[in-house]
Amino acid sequence: MTYHHFVIPFNIGVAVLFAIILVKFTIWIVKLEPVDKKLIRKNFFSIKTLEAVKESFMEGLLHRKIFMVNPVLGYMHMSLAFGWFLLIVFGNFQAQFYTRTVIHPPHYPIFFNFFVTSPDEYLFKASFEFLMDLLLLFILTGLMIAITKRFYSRIVGLKKTTRLKFFDRLALGSLWLIFPLRLFAESFTSGIHHNGNFLTGTLGDAFAKFLPVEQLALPAWWGYSIALGAFFIALPYSRYMHIPAEILLIFLRSFGVRTRRNYSSYSDIEVRSCSRCGICIDACQINKSLGMNTIQSVYFLRSIRENNVDDEKLFTCMLCGRCENVCPVGIQLSDLRVTQRTKNGVRNTSSYDFLNPPPYKIADVVYFAGCMTHLTPAIKKSMLKIFDIAGVNYYFMDSDKEACCGRPLILSGHYENAAKLIDYNKKLIKKSKAKVLVTSCPICYKTFKEDYRLDIHVMHHTEYILKLVEVGILLLEKGDSRVVYHDPCELGRGLGIYEEPRILLEKVSRLLPSDDEKENALCCGGSLAGFNLSSAQKNAIRDDALASLMKSNPDKLITSCPLCKKTFSRGTKVQVQDIAELIASSAYVPEKKKISLKPEAEPVPVLS
Amino acid sequence: MTKKVVIIGGGIAGMEAASTLSRMNIDVLLIEKKQQLGGHVGEWDHLFPNFRNAREITRSLLYDLQDKHIKICTSTEITGISKKSGKFEVRTTQQQTFKADSILLSTGFDLFDARKKEEYGYGIYENVITSVDLEQKLKESNVLTMASGVIPKRIAMIHCVGSRDEKSGYFHCSKVCCITAVKQAIEVKQKLPHAEIFCFYMDLRMYGKKFEELYREAQEKWGIQFVRGRLSEAAENMDGSLQIKSEDTLSGRPLKMNVDLMVLMIGMVPSESTTFLGKMLGIHFSEDGFINHDDIHLENNLTNVPGIFTAGTVTSPMTITDTIADARSAALKIATYIS
Repeated sequence: MTYHHFVIPFNIGVAVLFAIILVKFTIWIVKLEPVDKKLIRKNFFSIKTLEAVKESFMEGLLHRKIFMVNPVLGYMHMSLAFGWFLLIVFGNFQAQFYTRTVIHPPHYPIFFNFFVTSPDEYLFKASFEFLMDLLLLFILTGLMIAITKRFYSRIVGLKKTTRLKFFDRLALGSLWLIFPLRLFAESFTSGIHHNGNFLTGTLGDAFAKFLPVEQLALPAWWGYSIALGAFFIALPYSRYMHIPAEILLIFLRSFGVRTRRNYSSYSDIEVRSCSRCGICIDACQINKSLGMNTIQSVYFLRSIRENNVDDEKLFTCMLCGRCENVCPVGIQLSDLRVTQRTKNGVRNTSSYDFLNPPPYKIADVVYFAGCMTHLTPAIKKSMLKIFDIAGVNYYFMDSDKEACCGRPLILSGHYENAAKLIDYNKKLIKKSKAKVLVTSCPICYKTFKEDYRLDIHVMHHTEYILKLVEVGILLLEKGDSRVVYHDPCELGRGLGIYEEPRILLEKVSRLLPSDDEKENALCCGGSLAGFNLSSAQKNAIRDDALASLMKSNPDKLITSCPLCKKTFSRGTKVQVQDIAELIASSAYVPEKKKISLKPEAEPVPVLS
Repeated sequence: MTKKVVIIGGGIAGMEAASTLSRMNIDVLLIEKKQQLGGHVGEWDHLFPNFRNAREITRSLLYDLQDKHIKICTSTEITGISKKSGKFEVRTTQQQTFKADSILLSTGFDLFDARKKEEYGYGIYENVITSVDLEQKLKESNVLTMASGVIPKRIAMIHCVGSRDEKSGYFHCSKVCCITAVKQAIEVKQKLPHAEIFCFYMDLRMYGKKFEELYREAQEKWGIQFVRGRLSEAAENMDGSLQIKSEDTLSGRPLKMNVDLMVLMIGMVPSESTTFLGKMLGIHFSEDGFINHDDIHLENNLTNVPGIFTAGTVTSPMTITDTIADARSAALKIATYIS
């Protein structure tokens, strides 16, 4: 026997699910930007596809990243996803071994124990039966955690779990029922035939003693099939759509597709890939320091899906990137917020006619201090001193603070206006014929890297100073001050510069470790992006960050962002310095080098 | 048995309260952490609004302290205060312990650290000084020069540095800086008649007796120019002069000018000693960081802790006139409390 009427709900569910997913995927892919489609065509037949397969396995099934953040939550996701996956795979093998054919109806392996009750032997029968029970147990343990989490979210470490809609409830309810019903159905059937393994067999024999298992078996199989069918039909309209969406996301990302400045079809896939795990809520300092838990990425993405993005969610965020850092799905949360700011922001009609190109200078290096550096002149002065000590032929492009880099406009959602400034600055950079652009501000740095598309090297001063030191142009004297280093958001998580400042600090001071560093660094609270935060709120965030940094009682707090410096220096008696200041005060040039530095010699910045 | 009051802080508030209490036959112990009494007034040269020599004030207050009821401990700091059955026990860095029926906090204010307003370049550019530095220069020398020794031709006085400034973390108005700027501008003009002097202000708060008159005199007699605009930043030129940027909000135009010397009118911020002692005693502070009054109109020398009183700038910025009045009122409140 390979058919019974109860399999109908299951079969309808599977058919509907695959049809809807196919349609959705097709629409998403068709709507992708031409540049993204080109990337797919270019990379489809390459190693990148294999990498995506591997990543789908690691993240979609094993949930490696969730494991790393929260093992209990990781186990829950893994047991459900990977356990179910194995149940299907080995169920199919079992059916194939039994029937000795490759093709069979899709429902056959799912309801195998209903159809096959005879004691016929087949290859690996005992192993299969044991394995299928084991996998069912594996899934059920995960399910127990999931149910517990729904009611007591703190057990798995989340402070606040996410709220549900109708289809979410339907999907969730049927998902919860699927595996208990399978357990009952298989146990009842094995209770009749006394052929179950350690789980279903033991349970089935026990049930048979006091329950009319013969009458109960078929309704349980019906229930199991209906639960499966309901789950499959609800899935595309529920949060569980994140499962197929994430797989597509992994492939597209592997091909190089990204969310850029405007909300695209890829952004839409990202938004649908959110599993609503809530890990971002715990990472958010606005939650931790201010107790505000309505604006975090998980809620923000939901507001995009439900088309009710509001100013609070858009503009309270500091875009520090801490949520993005822990997001197990790897969604570009900060960029997504910027696209929505661009879409929902008030139109800015400022004119930039006042910009008159200043006289430029042909030089090896263009130095762009940035507005914030002009407000922290000790940094600017230190950088100019370093250039002078190293004998660099530089052009101080914004010495009169002509035009902004454009990033504050981008962060507030005015990309069009920013483009005008970018265009203006680009012309100046080109004219200088420099090979390197050095900036002191990580905020500028990020936009120079991401929005300017310059064909010269763009470096933050931490990288540049390290280069000067490495090639022996700048020598540093080791001091004995005990310093702690704060990773600025835009430099660290934004662009992955973690080692350069640390190597430099090891050379001039005693660098102390801190609790939250590198990827996990806290935002100083001074962010240009947190428009809705009051001074008091920003100060609260700053003070919590300071408390973490000051645990080791350092002599100095060193950072490499003028805004972080400014923010921190208002909140502590401890001296706060930019790394450039510390370097400038411990730098000297070897005598020999001084002589060899002729103006016509090789340009000083030697690049990799 | 005579009652005893410990006054912490020997600035003008503490001095005046001490002499007032002594005249009511109350024993007073005046504790000052510095070597000398007089507080910030002791560092000042001349006072607004009448250019009186500041030493006259401190000298007069010191004279009144010569009384058998008054004991003075200078170079002494407080290490601990405890309260037992209505009496206070004060311990000091000199390993002494004093009993008191009441305590008066007159620990004053601290000056805003102008380095925190880094965009103005104090401590980075050599020709940026504070109002306190200027007062010292006026006190010590007859000529005012740039760091290089050259006579400045153009001087900018920057109001509200560390006051009314959300970004610096201080919302409050320091009350004395507007009139101090006017006073110092006139003094500078008297020394350097050929110099141009600009005052960059947000509003001019000329609320005190003879303040408005002095402001008028500054414009009419001395030709001091007042520009309504908050300075955004300063940059140093090659010759050490400064390029400053602001907006002239009356004409609505951005403004850029070069000056030889920049004077920052730094504000008053809650003193560290007040914060330290207040926290030790469980005293309530208001959001600005100064000590709070539950009744700002009628009980403005009282704290939330019975027996502990305040005088002077521990509660908010004050002029000398207001501080003296506040100290006398505190003395009266204490006398009523302990009897």
